[in-house]
Amino acid sequence: MPQYFLAVNHDEASDAEMATKTMEDFQPIIEAVDAFNTALRESGAWVFAGGLQDRESSTVVDATGDSPIVTDGPFSESKEYLGGFWIIEAADLDAALDWATKGSQACAGKVEVRPFQLEPEA
Amino acid sequence: MVERVYREEFGRVVASLTRRFGSIDVAEDAAGEALLVALEKWPVDGVPPNPGAWLTTTAARKAIDKIRRESHRDAKHQAALMIEDDTPHEPTGPVEDDRLRMVFTCCHPALAPEARVALTLRLLGGLTVAEIAQAFLVPETTMAQRITRAKKKIAGAGIPYRVPSLEDLPERVAGVLAVVYLVFNEGYLSSAEGTSVRDDLTTEAIRLGRILRALLPQVPEVTGLLALMLLTEARRPARISADGTLVPLPEQDRGAWSRPLIQEGHALVRECLATNRPGRYQLMAAINAVHTDARAAADTDWSQIAALYGQLAAIDPSPIVELNRAVAVAELDGPEVGLALVDRLNGSLSGYHPFHATRADLLRRLGRSAESRSAYDAALALIDNPAETAYLTRRRDQLALG
Repeated sequence: MPQYFLAVNHDEASDAEMATKTMEDFQPIIEAVDAFNTALRESGAWVFAGGLQDRESSTVVDATGDSPIVTDGPFSESKEYLGGFWIIEAADLDAALDWATKGSQACAGKVEVRPFQLEPEA
Repeated sequence: MVERVYREEFGRVVASLTRRFGSIDVAEDAAGEALLVALEKWPVDGVPPNPGAWLTTTAARKAIDKIRRESHRDAKHQAALMIEDDTPHEPTGPVEDDRLRMVFTCCHPALAPEARVALTLRLLGGLTVAEIAQAFLVPETTMAQRITRAKKKIAGAGIPYRVPSLEDLPERVAGVLAVVYLVFNEGYLSSAEGTSVRDDLTTEAIRLGRILRALLPQVPEVTGLLALMLLTEARRPARISADGTLVPLPEQDRGAWSRPLIQEGHALVRECLATNRPGRYQLMAAINAVHTDARAAADTDWSQIAALYGQLAAIDPSPIVELNRAVAVAELDGPEVGLALVDRLNGSLSGYHPFHATRADLLRRLGRSAESRSAYDAALALIDNPAETAYLTRRRDQLALG
C-alpha cells in the first residue's frame, strides 16, 4: 500500500501565533491530536508520527567531503520548516487527503501531503 | 474525416484503456498508434461501422504488444508507472462510463488549475498538445511539460481513477464544471491580444458539456452549465461587429442569434429548473434565457432578471452578482437608483473593468458627462481585449462630441 508523508510546516506567522498562546490554549489541540493518532492506529493507517523540537536544536553533518563537518543550526534559513509529521498508509491520494483533513483540524495547522517514492517490487 | 472521428472517439478509447491497463501513458500512446493504423487503413477500406470499437480494439492490441516488449526489459519500472483501481466494479448505471472516471481524475483538486484544463482537453477532448498550446497561447514545450508533470503526479501521488464517493460527489462535480466553464470563457472572453473569440475553445467546452450531461443527467447544475454555454454561444454571431468592435446586448441584431441553440438552451433551462434544486449555473442560464426570450431589447423582462440575480446573490453572494443586479434595477427603476447600488460596490470592484463601464453608462444616461468620461477612462485602463477596448473608446468619444 502506498505511504504518504503528512508534514506540518511552521513559519514566522504560525510561530508568532503560537507565541501568544498559553499551555491551556494548547490542551484542546493536544487532545485532538491524540484522538487523531488513535484513529490512525485503529484503522491500520498509522506507520509513524512525531513532533520535532525547535529548529534551534538542530545540528547539520556534512560528510560529502574528505572529513565530516558538524555545524550548529538549521540546514536552511528558509522561512518554512518542519514542525512535525505523520507517515501513513493509504490506498490512494483521496484517502490520504481525507486523513490530512482530519490531521489539519486536529493540530490546527496546514498539512502538506507528499507521497513516498514507490518501492521497487522485491 | 479520420481525424474528426478520431477526436470524437479519443476520450472513450483512452478512458477505456486507462481502466484496463492502469496507466494513462500506456492508454494515450496506444490510442496514438491506433490513429496511425486508422490513417493508413480507413482511406483504403472505408471507415468501419463502429469506429470507436475498432479504435479501442486496435489500441488495446498495441498496448498489449508494448507491455509485452517492455515487461522483458524493465518490469519493475513499468509496474511503478501503473495506477491502481481496486474499487469493486459496481453497476452504477451511466456513471460506469470510463470517461467519467477520467473527468474526475483530470479535474482532481490536487492538480494545478491550468493542468486540469490542459489534461481535460487532451485526454477527454482529444486535442493535441500543439492545439492546446495554441489555444492558450503558450509555447508547445511549456504545454507539453505541464501535461507531463500532471500525469506524473497522477501516477506518483496516487490520484485515483474513479468516480468519487457520493459524499464527495457534489464538490467534485463543481470542480469539473468550473474547468469546463473556464475553457468556455477562455474562448469567449479571451484576453489574448487580437483574438476576441476563439471558436475552438468554446466549441470544445460545449462538447465537454454535452458529454458531462450524457454522463450525469441527474445533476441539474450539469444541465444548467450546458444551457448557459449554449445560450451564450447562440448570441455570438451578433456579439462582434464587422470592424471587430464589441456590440453590447441591447444593440445586438437579434435576428443573427442562433435559434436552434436558443431553443435547445431554453428546453434545458426548463428541465433543470423543474428539479427545484437551483444552483449558480442554472440561475445564470435562466438569466440568459430571459434575455434570449425578448424579441427586442425593450421587451426584456427586467423584473424577472433582477429577481434571478437576487436568487443568485442568495446562494452565491458576490459583488459581481450585485453589479449585474444593479444593471437590471437601473432598467426597472431608473439609472439613478441603479447608480446608487453600483457606487456601493466601489472598493471591492475598483479593479474590475465592467464596474467602471457600468458606472460610465449610468452616468452618461444621467447626463453627468465629465464623470462618465473619467469612468470610461478607468475601464479602458483595465482592459486588454481589443473588441471591448474599441467599443468603450467609441462610447467615450461620443460623449466628448456630445
